[in-house]
Amino acid sequence: MAQHKRPTAQAGSTVERTGADLRVSLSGDWSSSNAEACESEAERILAASTGARAVALDLGAIVRLDTLGVWVISRLCHEVRQRGGSARLDQVQPTHRILFEEIQYRPLPDTRRKGDYIAIDLLADIGKAMVDSYRDLVSGISFLGAFVSSLAVILTGRSRFRIASLVAQLERVALRSVPIIILISVLVGGIIAQQSVFQMRAFGTVHFVADLLGVLVLRELAVLITSIMIAGRTGSSFTAELGSMKMREEIDALRTMGRDPVEILVVPRIVALLIGMPLLTFISSMAMLVGGGLVTVIYGGVSPEIFLSRLQNGIGVNTFVVGMVKAPFMALVIGVIACIEGFAVQGSAESLGTRTTASVVKAIFMVIVVDGLFAMFFATIRY
Amino acid sequence: MDAPETVHIPPLEPGRKPVIQVRDLEVRFGEKVIMNGLDLDVYKGEILGFVGASGTGKSVLMRTVLGLIRQSRGQIVVFDKDLDQLTPRRRQSIERRWGVLFQHGALFSSLTVRQNIQMPMREYLHMSERLMDEMAALKIDLVGLKPDAADKYPSELSGGMIKRAALARALALDPEILFLDEPTSGLDPIGAQDFDDLIGTLQRTLGLTVFMVTHDLDSLAGVCDRIAALADGKVIAAGPIETMMASEHPWLKAYFHGSRARRDSLETGHFRSSQRT
Repeated sequence: MAQHKRPTAQAGSTVERTGADLRVSLSGDWSSSNAEACESEAERILAASTGARAVALDLGAIVRLDTLGVWVISRLCHEVRQRGGSARLDQVQPTHRILFEEIQYRPLPDTRRKGDYIAIDLLADIGKAMVDSYRDLVSGISFLGAFVSSLAVILTGRSRFRIASLVAQLERVALRSVPIIILISVLVGGIIAQQSVFQMRAFGTVHFVADLLGVLVLRELAVLITSIMIAGRTGSSFTAELGSMKMREEIDALRTMGRDPVEILVVPRIVALLIGMPLLTFISSMAMLVGGGLVTVIYGGVSPEIFLSRLQNGIGVNTFVVGMVKAPFMALVIGVIACIEGFAVQGSAESLGTRTTASVVKAIFMVIVVDGLFAMFFATIRY
Repeated sequence: MDAPETVHIPPLEPGRKPVIQVRDLEVRFGEKVIMNGLDLDVYKGEILGFVGASGTGKSVLMRTVLGLIRQSRGQIVVFDKDLDQLTPRRRQSIERRWGVLFQHGALFSSLTVRQNIQMPMREYLHMSERLMDEMAALKIDLVGLKPDAADKYPSELSGGMIKRAALARALALDPEILFLDEPTSGLDPIGAQDFDDLIGTLQRTLGLTVFMVTHDLDSLAGVCDRIAALADGKVIAAGPIETMMASEHPWLKAYFHGSRARRDSLETGHFRSSQRT
């Protein structure tokens, strides 16, 4: 079984010159594992053949030969001929003959796409980004339209409402998010209270921390933190699910069955978000107040009675409503962006990753933009 | 001096030189026994067709030999080396000597065909960019793809082109053994015939040993030197197609004499083994 052991002999060559004739004996392994040596030997032989009229390559002593070796040898012959010499192969071993018949050097067409100038590429990229963001806007609006019309079809009873699917989504979106939302909210509430206590102590107004905390949490923070968490947790999973369904042609399969993927896949998900987000926002508000309250009482030394009465004084129903009203809008923003990105996935694994990232980044960005718009709106109507 | 992992097991067919030897193999998934004391040899320079009913574990055997699934008992010997005794480094040097064509191609979807082919070269070999480009173009040409396929992504290719591109990647390192998992599944009969011819040509040109899991009776009759049939976790028969045709095993009878087989070239005596000397 000696053939099975592979002593890797270095590719080698000896060159003899008689007048204008060159005789080159090749030896060793001319194979892939020796690629570097094969290339440098070939270059050495080519350099030595300058001025030679006839080059004979003796292949009798080659131990191993594969497609790479044949290619390099065949390329060497081609280059010798191009320089005006002649090249031939001597003592080709019978087992190698078929390789030389099948593989011959030929200049290969360069099919690589060529890059343009950097400046032009840059301008093209900017233009493409502009067009893409315009298309994002249009597709966002049209997707929202598709969602609303599917919802209308379901609500008017012309199509079945998939209650099982909705409940399953609701469990994933809302119920399973509760622990992490509570944990984060308690921590954020505590941190804000701690900073407020620390700063307000200088003015001797520690008990006003309750007012500050109540307004800040109920109006802004609870809904923002919940939205950001849900965009990262649920939005990304929507995009990845829909994207991999798209890759495996599952969405096409739905279409061929005459079913609207928006109705079957998107409506239960977004409706679940629309129901889940206000609930989660409420839970988050309460958890933040508890966290903030604990820190104010324990670290700030404010008695629980004073904290609660200040809280009751500081906030009104409107404070609470402002926060809760925003929740369904945030749900819509997150859901629509996640589903659009999911449907935009192309064939490759890379595209799935890019789209999932884009879904989370765009959703968080839009959540903050929408929150800003609401702040301006409520300031204008003085609510 | 032989290294301790070197083993010499007598081949099942005396006098032939085995490349892969599987002895007393048992593979189980939980309670379910898939392979139950399986013995198999693949000999140097042959194309072995591996058949069996769906779900009997043809792909499992291939994946076990490749080391993707662990066996619960038994020995797998490749190039006289017991794969389980090898250090990771030495195992890698064996792995370099085989190429695998997965059933669905398993091309890296974020790389072009050229990059897919160059990936093993880049990982294992030292060569200039120019030579690497030329070798990729050569492999693309060898498997019968057009040069412009080089810069396409797998999602832009048809099923047949994916198989060819995956074959080109399997050939990237000039392997000595080629594993093919249902190479002609999903191809039209003409495409399948072309692919069989291609495998035959490559096998003769490059001196490959080919292990082919297949359901395609035309492939079995046209391109395989030997066939092994799997049932009940064992190889129930191995030999040239004539042996298979003559077998009395009920599954083999149904397989090779079924209505699909009768229409085929099987019974018109158009065998590769008889064409070759």
